[in-house]
Amino acid sequence: MTTRPITRLDHRFKACASAGRAALVTFITAGDPDYDTSLTLLKALPAAGADIIELGVPFTDPMADGPAIQAAGLRALKAGQTLAKTIAMVREFRKTDDTTPLVLMGYYNPVYIYGVDRFLADAKAAGVDGLVVVDLPPEEDNELCLPALKAGLAFIRLATPTTDDKRLPTVLANTAGFVYYVSINGITGSATPDADVVGQAVARIKRHTALPVAVGFGVRTPAQAAAIAAGADGVVVGSALIDALRGTLDGEDRATAGTVGAVTSLVGQLAEAVRGTRREAAE
Amino acid sequence: MNVLNSFRTGPDENGHFGIFGGRFVAETLMPLILDLEKAYEAAKADPAYKAEMDSGLKHYVGRPSPLYYAERFTEHLRKGAPAGKGAKIYFKREELNHTGSHKVNNVLGQILLARRMGKERIIAETGAGQHGVATATLCARYGLKCVVYMGAVDVARQAPNVFRMKMLGAEVVPVKSGSSTLKDAMNEALRDWVTNVHDTFYCIGTVAGPHPYPGMVRDFQSIIGHETRTQMEEQEGRLPDSLIACIGGGSNAMGLFHPFLDDPTVQIFGVEAAGHGIPSGQHAASLTGGRPGVLHGNRTYLLMDDDGQITEAHSISAGLDYPGIGPEHSWLHDTGRATYISATDDEALSAFQLVSKLEGIIPALEPAHALAKVIELAPTLPEDHLMVVNMSGRGDKDIPQVAEILGTSL
Repeated sequence: MTTRPITRLDHRFKACASAGRAALVTFITAGDPDYDTSLTLLKALPAAGADIIELGVPFTDPMADGPAIQAAGLRALKAGQTLAKTIAMVREFRKTDDTTPLVLMGYYNPVYIYGVDRFLADAKAAGVDGLVVVDLPPEEDNELCLPALKAGLAFIRLATPTTDDKRLPTVLANTAGFVYYVSINGITGSATPDADVVGQAVARIKRHTALPVAVGFGVRTPAQAAAIAAGADGVVVGSALIDALRGTLDGEDRATAGTVGAVTSLVGQLAEAVRGTRREAAE
Repeated sequence: MNVLNSFRTGPDENGHFGIFGGRFVAETLMPLILDLEKAYEAAKADPAYKAEMDSGLKHYVGRPSPLYYAERFTEHLRKGAPAGKGAKIYFKREELNHTGSHKVNNVLGQILLARRMGKERIIAETGAGQHGVATATLCARYGLKCVVYMGAVDVARQAPNVFRMKMLGAEVVPVKSGSSTLKDAMNEALRDWVTNVHDTFYCIGTVAGPHPYPGMVRDFQSIIGHETRTQMEEQEGRLPDSLIACIGGGSNAMGLFHPFLDDPTVQIFGVEAAGHGIPSGQHAASLTGGRPGVLHGNRTYLLMDDDGQITEAHSISAGLDYPGIGPEHSWLHDTGRATYISATDDEALSAFQLVSKLEGIIPALEPAHALAKVIELAPTLPEDHLMVVNMSGRGDKDIPQVAEILGTSL
C-alpha cells in the first residue's frame, strides 16, 4: 500500500480530538459569485470558526450535487472561474494562513484536462492538503488517487450508506486525511440525515479504520450540526452556506455588501454549536 | 448471442476499450453497477433469459426487421454518378420496430434484467424521446413504474413523443438545468439513481455511461448487425461492402457495426451531427470536434473548453444533441477501424425530404444524417458496392419540427 501523506488535516483533526470535539468543515464554491468576493470569503472562514475548508472546483455537470451547488458552480463559471484560478486562490489564501487545512472538491474532468501531474504539482505548491473527487471510485485509483498520495496530497474517499462491510476495505485502502461519510443516499443539500443512524454508520466505519470520519450531505442548521458532531470527527456543511450566499446576491447574481457576512455569520453559529458538543464515542 | 462475438476486443474486465470507458461514478453508485454487471453476466449465461429475449424480440418488437433494397434512392444517386458508379443501397429497417426505432432492442434487454434483479422502478434519460418511449412502453408491458428525464428544450421540440410517454403511463420530468438537453437529462437521471438506489434501475439508452452499460447496450443492439449479416447473405450471397449509421451516443451504429468488426473488407462509417457546421462551433460532433475527457461515468471524446468544462452541443436532431459519444466508438476512431464523418442540419433536412419522396419512408432526423452522407458517398463507389444504412427510426416524431422549419403550419 502507498504510504499515507501527513498534512495539515492530520494535525487539525488531532487538535480537535484533543479538545474533545468534532471539526467543522465548511464548503464553498471557488469563484462564487466572483473571484474577489470568493477569496475574501475564503480568507474569512477560519476566523469565523471553520476548522477545515473544502473549496469546490466548479464543473458544468456536477452529477452528485443538488440545485444549490449546481447553481453556485455555474455562477462561478460565468464569472470566469477556472481550475487555474482556483489554485491561484489557494496560493493567495496561504499567504496569510498556513495552518487551516484546505481540500479541493470536485469532478475529474477539469483535473484530467489540466493534466494530472501538472495539477498535483501546482496544487501541492499552492498549499492544498487533499482532494475529494466525486467521480473517482477505488476502481479508478490509478487515475489520480495513487499519483496524489505519491505527490503528498491526501485523497479523501467518500463512503456512503451503500458501502457495505464487504466493500469498505476497498474504499478505505488508499484513503488519507479523513473519510468523508455521505450521510444520505442522494445529492448534496437534499435530505436531512438522522443523527442516530449516522452515528452508527460512523462507528461501523471506525471499526475498519483509524482515520477521522467527517459527515456531510444534508447538514444545514446549527442544531443538526451539533447532533452529528456528537457522533463524528467532523461535520461538513455546504449547501446551507451556498444558500446563505445566494440570498444576498442582487438580481444579476452579483455580490452585495452583505455577501461575505451572511456566510461567516452562519459559520459562526455552526462553529458555536459544534464546539459546544462533546464527542460521545471514545476514539 | 452469437458465440463468435465473445472474441471481440472489448471491454476488458474494468470496462475499458483501450483508454476509453471505465467506471467514473460516485461511490454511492459503485455497488449498484457492480451488482448490475454480475446480474448481466449471469443472465447472459442463462438460457431462460435468452429465450425470454428471443420471444420478446419476435412477438412484441416484431423482429427481424427487413433489410430493404432502396431501389429508387439507388437509381436516383446513380443518375448523378460517373458511369459504373453508384453503390447499391440497402436500408436496415429499424424504424419498423414497435415504438418506431432501434431503442426498443436495448430496452427489452434491460427491462428483463431489471425484473430478474427485482427492481420495480425504472428511470431513463431521453433526447428525441425515442428511448423514453421505448422505456415507457416496456414498463407498461411489464407493469413497472417509469420516470423519464428529458431536457426542457427537447420536451418542447418533441411534443408528440412526450405525449406518447404520458399515454403509456410514464412520468416525464422536464430538466431545466444546464443546457436543458440530453446531457442534463442524464445528469438528472444519475441524481435520481443516487437518491433511489434501493428500488431503482437506470435504463441507459445508449452505448455510454459507466461499465457495464456500453458493452451491455451494444450486446442488445448487436441483433441489428447479426440480422443484417444473415439477410445480406440471403439476398446477395455475400457480406456488405460498407455500413453507415448516425451517431449521437452511438447505439444504433454500434449495433450494426459490432458483428462486422472482424471483417476487414467491410468499411464502416459513423456519421456525427455537424449542426451549423464544424467551424461554427455549434455542432454535436465529439470525435471530429472534441477530445478525450471524463463525463457520465466513462472516458470518451467530449465537447469541452480548455478548462475541461463541457460545452453545449447543437443539432437539429434532439437524439444526436449530446456532447459525448460511446467509448467504444472513441476506440474504433483512434484505432482507425471505423471512419467518422459528419452531416450538417441542412444536409440532414434535405436527405429527410429526398428519401421520403423517393422511397415512401419518412426517416427520423437522426438517420437522415446517415442518409445525407450516403448521398455523398454512394456516387463515388462502384455499382456492385453493397452499402447498408441503418434506418434507425421513423420520422413521425419530427413532423411538427420539420413542418415549422419548412414554414408550414400544421
